[in-house]
Amino acid sequence: MGFVISVNGRSHEVDLPGGVPLLWVLRDELGLVGTKYGCGVGACGACTVHVGGEAVRSCQMPLEEVAGPVTTIEGLGTPGTPAAIQRAWVEHQVAQCGYCQPGQIMQAAALLGENPAPSDAEIDAAMRGNLCRCGTYERIRAAIHAAARMMREG
Amino acid sequence: MGRLARYTRRAVLLGSAAVAGGVAFGYWQYRRELPNPLRPAPGQAVLNPYLIIDAEGITVIAPRAEMGQGNQSTLAALVAEELEVPWDAVRVLHGPPAQAYYNGALIAGHRTFRDGDAGVMQGLAEAAGEILPKMLGMQVTGGSTAVIDAFDKMRLAGASARETLKVAAARRLGLPVAALAAAGGAIRAPDGTVLGYGELAEEAARIEPVRGVALKPRAQWKLLGRSLPRTDMVAKCTGTAEFGADIRLPGMLFATVRMNPKLGGGMVSFDAGAAEAMPGVEAVLDLGDGIAVVARNTWLAFQAAEAVRIDWGEAPYPPATGRIMAEIARALDDRPNSVLQDVGDVEGALSGAAESGNATVIEAEYRVPYLAHATMEPMNGTALFVPGERLDIWCGTQAPLLARDKAAKIAGLKKDRVHVHVPFLGGGFGRRAEPDAALLAARVAVQLPGVPVKVMWSREEDMRHDFYRPAAIARMRGAVAGGRALALDAKIAAPSVSRQSMQRIAGFAPPGPDREHVAGAIDQPWAIPNYRIAGHLADVAVPVGFWRSVASSFNGFFHECFLDEMAHAAGRDPLEFRLELARAAHAPSAKLLETVARMSDWANKPAGTGRGVAMTWSFSTPVAEVVEVAESPDGIRITRAWVACDVGTALDPGNIRAQMQGGLIFGLSAAVSGEISFEGGEVEQFNFPDYDPLRMNTAPQIQVEVLENNHHIGGVGEPGTPPAAPALANALFDLTGRRARELPLSKTFDFAV
Repeated sequence: MGFVISVNGRSHEVDLPGGVPLLWVLRDELGLVGTKYGCGVGACGACTVHVGGEAVRSCQMPLEEVAGPVTTIEGLGTPGTPAAIQRAWVEHQVAQCGYCQPGQIMQAAALLGENPAPSDAEIDAAMRGNLCRCGTYERIRAAIHAAARMMREG
Repeated sequence: MGRLARYTRRAVLLGSAAVAGGVAFGYWQYRRELPNPLRPAPGQAVLNPYLIIDAEGITVIAPRAEMGQGNQSTLAALVAEELEVPWDAVRVLHGPPAQAYYNGALIAGHRTFRDGDAGVMQGLAEAAGEILPKMLGMQVTGGSTAVIDAFDKMRLAGASARETLKVAAARRLGLPVAALAAAGGAIRAPDGTVLGYGELAEEAARIEPVRGVALKPRAQWKLLGRSLPRTDMVAKCTGTAEFGADIRLPGMLFATVRMNPKLGGGMVSFDAGAAEAMPGVEAVLDLGDGIAVVARNTWLAFQAAEAVRIDWGEAPYPPATGRIMAEIARALDDRPNSVLQDVGDVEGALSGAAESGNATVIEAEYRVPYLAHATMEPMNGTALFVPGERLDIWCGTQAPLLARDKAAKIAGLKKDRVHVHVPFLGGGFGRRAEPDAALLAARVAVQLPGVPVKVMWSREEDMRHDFYRPAAIARMRGAVAGGRALALDAKIAAPSVSRQSMQRIAGFAPPGPDREHVAGAIDQPWAIPNYRIAGHLADVAVPVGFWRSVASSFNGFFHECFLDEMAHAAGRDPLEFRLELARAAHAPSAKLLETVARMSDWANKPAGTGRGVAMTWSFSTPVAEVVEVAESPDGIRITRAWVACDVGTALDPGNIRAQMQGGLIFGLSAAVSGEISFEGGEVEQFNFPDYDPLRMNTAPQIQVEVLENNHHIGGVGEPGTPPAAPALANALFDLTGRRARELPLSKTFDFAV
C-alpha cells in the first residue's frame, strides 16, 4: 500500500510507513533536497514547506497526514524563473551559508500570502520560528518588505 | 576558527636553529612550483591552479570552504579583477583538494597593532610561515585567513593568465604584446580585432606562463572594493545549492551513527536485535566506539539507531560541570604556560596602588561555559569505497587534505586514491575543521564496499558530539588612579584548543607557550602602563575545538568587561576611558571608538536604555561595538548595536558588513543563553530548545561601518564576535547596575524571548 501526495504540481505514489515525516519523503524518496533538515523537532524552520498553501514544518508532518498539495522551494521558482520573493532575496543578498534560506523563504512566502504589507513586528512574529546561525535577519526583513512591494505592484 | 596550524609554527620556533635549518633545507622545494591539480577536460584550458577557460566561459577555483563567509566570491573577484573579465561571466568551483592550495596566511600569523615595528625577525617568521604550510599541504579554511592568504596570489594568477593570453594573441596576430590590451574577457588589437579568451585559451595553456606581472594599483580596480553580488546567491535562494547533506548518488543508502555520549569513552557492547527488525533497515554496523544504522531513508535510520541498546564506557573527564570547572580553576594555581605580555611592573603598581590613598584596586573572577557550534546543517558525510581502488568522500569540510590523509589510513589506500569533494557548508564556524564527519562516513563506507552511503547525524548527535569552545576562568586585577588605568593583570585558564587539536592531527602536543590560548587578551591596542597577561592550561579531556574567534571569544569578554569595571572604578565614562587608552596606543583603533560613539550618539542615550562598549583586536582586525538594551514588559531586549571595524583594505564592503553583523549575532547568541553543561559524563543539551540562538525577534538592529586606516589587510569572519558578549554585559550593567561575571547572561537577567 502506498500514499499519494502531490508535490509541486506532480503526483507521487510513496510506499513508506505512514509515520515517516514529509521532510524525509521529500529529501530521500523524491530527491527534493532543497528542503533542509535542521533539528527534527520543529524548532528551527529549515524544513518549512507549504501544504495546502500554509507553511508547515515538514519534519513534524507524518506522510499519512499530508492533506493537501505540497509546494517546496523548488516549486516556488527556479534559478531561471525565480518567484518575486526569491528575486527580493537575491537583490538584498540575504544568504550567507544559505542552509536555512529555503525554509526562511517558504515561511516568508506564506506570510505574504496572508498579509501583503506586513509591518516589522508582523514579520518578526511570523519569522521567529526560523533560525539562522549566520545572522541574516536584517536582510531577511528588508527582502520581505521588498517582495511585498514587488507583489503589490505586480 | 583559529589558526589550526599555530602550533606547527610554535613547534618550529622551539629553537631558532630549527627554523633556520628547516627553511634552508626545504628552500629548494618551496621554490619549486607545486603541481597543478586541475586536469583539463576536452575543450578546456587550464592556465594555472585557479583558472579554467572553456567554451562556457571562465571558471575560477576558489579553494576554500564556502560556509557563509562569501569568501569564494571575493577570491573569484581577485582573479577576475586582474584577468579583466566581467563579473557575471565568472563561475566558481571549490576544486579538488591539493597541496597547491595551501594556506600561507594560516601559519604566518596575524598582525598586531604594533605591526609597524616589524623588523627582520618578523620577516623571517613570515617567510617560514609561508613555506611551512606549503610543505605540509595545509589547505585549510580558518582563522579568518582566506582573503589574507589569497590577496596577492590569486590576483597574480589572474594577471599572469591575462598576460599569457596576450602572448597567445600576439603570436596569432603577429603583433607585439605591448600593442594589445585586455578588457571584457578578450584581447583587443589596435585595428579593432577582438579575440575572446575562449578562442585563445588552449593556445595560451601551451605557453610558459608569464611571470613577474605587476598588479593593478587600487585606483584601477573595477571589481575589488565594491559590493558584488555573490556567485552562490541565486542557487542559495532557489534551493539548488548543494550542501553535503544534499549529495545523492545512484543506489545510495542512508545511514546515521550513534557514538558514545560520554565523549571519548568506548563501547562495551550493543544489542541491535530490535533495530534490525525495523522496516527499511539494511544493516547495523559495529564501529567499535559506536554503531551505524544503514537504512532506506534517513528517518528510518534515525528511528532504528534509537532502538539499538548500547552499553557505553565511561568518559575520560570529570562527569559533571562543577567538577570540570574546578579542574579549570585549579590550573590558575599552576605555573603559567605563557606570560606573552608583561609590560611595566604589574606587581609593583598593584601593591603601590593598594598602599596609596589615591588609587583604587579591584579584583574580579569571570567564568564562561563550554559552547557548541550548532551549525544549521548537522554534521554529515557521504562516501563510496571500491576496495583496493579508491575512496570518494563528499563532505563539507574546512580541512579536506586532513580528511583525505586520515581516510586513506582507514581505507588502506594511498592518499592519491582518496578523493574528497567539497560542496557548500551549511555553516562551519570552525566545527568543520575537524575531519570526524568525513571519517565516520569513510568508516561506514568501508563496511559497505561498492555501495554509496550518506551518513547523516541527527541534531542531537551533532550537539552532543561537538568539539566545544572550552569553558574558561579568568582572575583579573586592576588599579586606577586619577581617572586613569594604572595596571591590568589577567590570569586566564582553559583547556588548550591548540594542543588538543594538534594531538588529534599529528599525535603529539607541542610544548611551549600557547599563543592562541591568550589571543584577544594579549596585543590589545590599549596603552596601560603596567599590563600582564598569563595563560594557564587546564588538562580536561572534553573535546574542544575551534569556535568562531577561538580564545578571543572568551578573552574579549574577560578583558573588556574588566576594563569596564576599571572605568567605573575610575569614575569615568567607559568609552572616554577606553578612547584615552587607545589613542596613546594605536590611532586607527581609537578611530573605531570615535566611530561607534558617533554612530550610536553615545553621549545622548535614550531614556530607559543601557549602553555598553567593547573593542577587541583579533585576526588582524580591530572591532569596536556598542550594544543597547532596554527594559520591556516581557524582559530585557537587545534593541540596537553599532559596529566599526578596520580591515585595512575592504575588498567587498557589503560582504564585510554581513560578516560583522553575523559575528555580532553569533557572539550575542552565546552570551545570552549559550551553555553546554555535563552530567553523568554526557552533554545535557540535545537540540535547539536547549541551546537556542537569537532569532529575528530577539536580535538587535545593527549598523556597521568599515574603515580602512590599518596598513594591512585583516580578517573578517571572526573579529565581529569577541566584542559582542562584553558590550552586552557592559550594557546590562549600565541598565541595571548589576555586573554579570558569568556567561550565559540568562543566569543573571531575564531576557524577552
